[in-house]
Amino acid sequence: MKLSYRYAVAGVAAAGLFAAAGCSSSSSSGSSGSSVNWANETSASAGGGMSALVKAAKAEGTLNVIALPPTWANYGTIISTFEKDYGIKVNSALPDGTSQQEVDAVKTENGTAKAPDVMDIGMAVALANTSLFAPYEVSTWSSIPTAQKAPNGLWVQDYGGYMAVGYSSKFGTITSLSQLLTSKFRNAVALNGNPTSANAGLNGVMMASLAEGGTASNIADGVSFFAKLKAAGNFSPVSATGASIKAGTTPVVFNWDYLNLPSYVGVSNWKVFIPANAVLGGYYAQAVNKNAPHPAAARLWEEFLYSQSATGGQNLWLQGGARPVEQQAMTSNSSIDTSAASKLPAVTGTPTFLSPTQSTDAANYLAANWAKAVS
Amino acid sequence: MAVAATSETGARPSRAGRRVAAPAWVGTVPFLAYVAIFLLLPTGIVVVDSLKNPNGAWAFSNVTELGNPLVRGYFIGSFKLCLLSSVSGAVLGAILAYAIASGNPDGVVRRLYLAGSGVLAQFGGITLAFAFLVLLGPVGLLFHASWYYNFPWGIGLIYTYFQVPLMVLVFLPAIDGVKVQWREASENLGASAWQYWRYVGGPLLMPAFLGGALLLFANALSAFATIQAWESQIAYIVPQQIATALSSEVGLSNVNVADLLALGMVVMVAIVMAGYALLQRRAARWLR
Repeated sequence: MKLSYRYAVAGVAAAGLFAAAGCSSSSSSGSSGSSVNWANETSASAGGGMSALVKAAKAEGTLNVIALPPTWANYGTIISTFEKDYGIKVNSALPDGTSQQEVDAVKTENGTAKAPDVMDIGMAVALANTSLFAPYEVSTWSSIPTAQKAPNGLWVQDYGGYMAVGYSSKFGTITSLSQLLTSKFRNAVALNGNPTSANAGLNGVMMASLAEGGTASNIADGVSFFAKLKAAGNFSPVSATGASIKAGTTPVVFNWDYLNLPSYVGVSNWKVFIPANAVLGGYYAQAVNKNAPHPAAARLWEEFLYSQSATGGQNLWLQGGARPVEQQAMTSNSSIDTSAASKLPAVTGTPTFLSPTQSTDAANYLAANWAKAVS
Repeated sequence: MAVAATSETGARPSRAGRRVAAPAWVGTVPFLAYVAIFLLLPTGIVVVDSLKNPNGAWAFSNVTELGNPLVRGYFIGSFKLCLLSSVSGAVLGAILAYAIASGNPDGVVRRLYLAGSGVLAQFGGITLAFAFLVLLGPVGLLFHASWYYNFPWGIGLIYTYFQVPLMVLVFLPAIDGVKVQWREASENLGASAWQYWRYVGGPLLMPAFLGGALLLFANALSAFATIQAWESQIAYIVPQQIATALSSEVGLSNVNVADLLALGMVVMVAIVMAGYALLQRRAARWLR
């Protein structure tokens, strides 16, 4: 789900390796011996409870995942913990693939033993492909905010973060966006990608809009903020990457907080702040392939990811710098890893999530006005 | 193939009746097939798809999109950048090629420059952009770093890094063809250096110079990775907007618009080629 085509080549190579591995480890669905067909079950309790699910998943023995980079949101540890806990082999295909590639793989490999069982995808792609998913409600369903899941469980948001401003500590401490208009930020402020094309770029402009007093339904204030930045000579048209940050070319970056932490960008003198009342959330979603070759293992994986235990998926994501979707509920019931939570940038105000309509309106406004405002 | 058959027929007339010589055009089949598959077919697909809507139905109204001031802006941007980088690349490359040609033809300098040009003519894309990124840092060199993001001047300068070497490679053979004796002859007839270049050297080299400049123009027009890595947050040129139309994550992707923009680039090259043909005819008039 990492949004870059630069890794496509590596991905293809990985897919080749996976295809080779897949030949030897294919397992047939429905061979669990029990009468329950997990492909039709919409919760663990409906299929006979967690122990029945674990038993059926172990009998399947394998889980196919796709587009999960080991260094992204702690997925390396998450996969190895799942393998260790349940003795199920995880085949990880295309670790650097995109959300669209996940959907493409589900379609092209449909019916084969190497088709992905589960997906971790961006919301735009999830909403466009719900016909491929099986509804499933994890045991911790009630801990997930209503706005962050499909009512029937076709997709459920899993982890994400808030749009944040990362900056080199040589600038001191930044507490508001208006500071970025001063002369010491000449040519310094960058987005992560063209907002008419990259989701992170669009949300960066939207966050500025919220900070300037706009609403999620209108991105115009954000565009005029970037026009002011450009007029002040402070806007940098370079797309921020780890390399541009290390080279010092983009010392101020608008990006998701989990991509903007010093540990992730690999620069030690790096700070992050989220402007007050401009808390803009962006979350990925989980979905189960309705024709999953390993239906029980797929559902067990979801239970594991949404588990609130100390070594469950929610806390493991948090340790990777991503905000798990059950964070609020887990803070209330004290199951959260507090030391990991304290490393994330502080937040003031209620998080905003863009509706599909708001995203489309923002994109259309940017298509007509972005280039004019900043060139 | 036809030549071989003929000579064999000549050597052994007795077998002529039993062998059927392949028609001459057969030899061109692989080339024509290649052109058809890799040039004509894709161009045809681009033309047809640019006149359809995403559902596959005809939509001739797509063409009105070319009148959209935003879209016009991308074409003007592309034209500015190509003109700037091809003219500056051609002039600087020609001067450099002349300097190399006037040196020792077997000297180490010439070999060094030729090898260097061969490498640097291919040194574009992300590598080039990253080299500048590291070189300039936040401060800049000669100018403030922000100057290098001016369109088209900053990126135009970066483009000269692959345009000049390419011009050296394509123009050097033409300069090597200019004989020293011609210059000596014009000097013997009392011509000044200016007159030599105006009436002899210039007209001789003009067709090759224009051809080189056209190659640089087309080279800059299709270049994408360099500017995309350098300033990707704004689409300045057509290929950048094609990328947005193909892969926008925020719902602005439209394959048909991408096809239309590509068609616009084909038309743009056709216009430049026509202009080149006119200039070339004018420049090469004395040869006929």
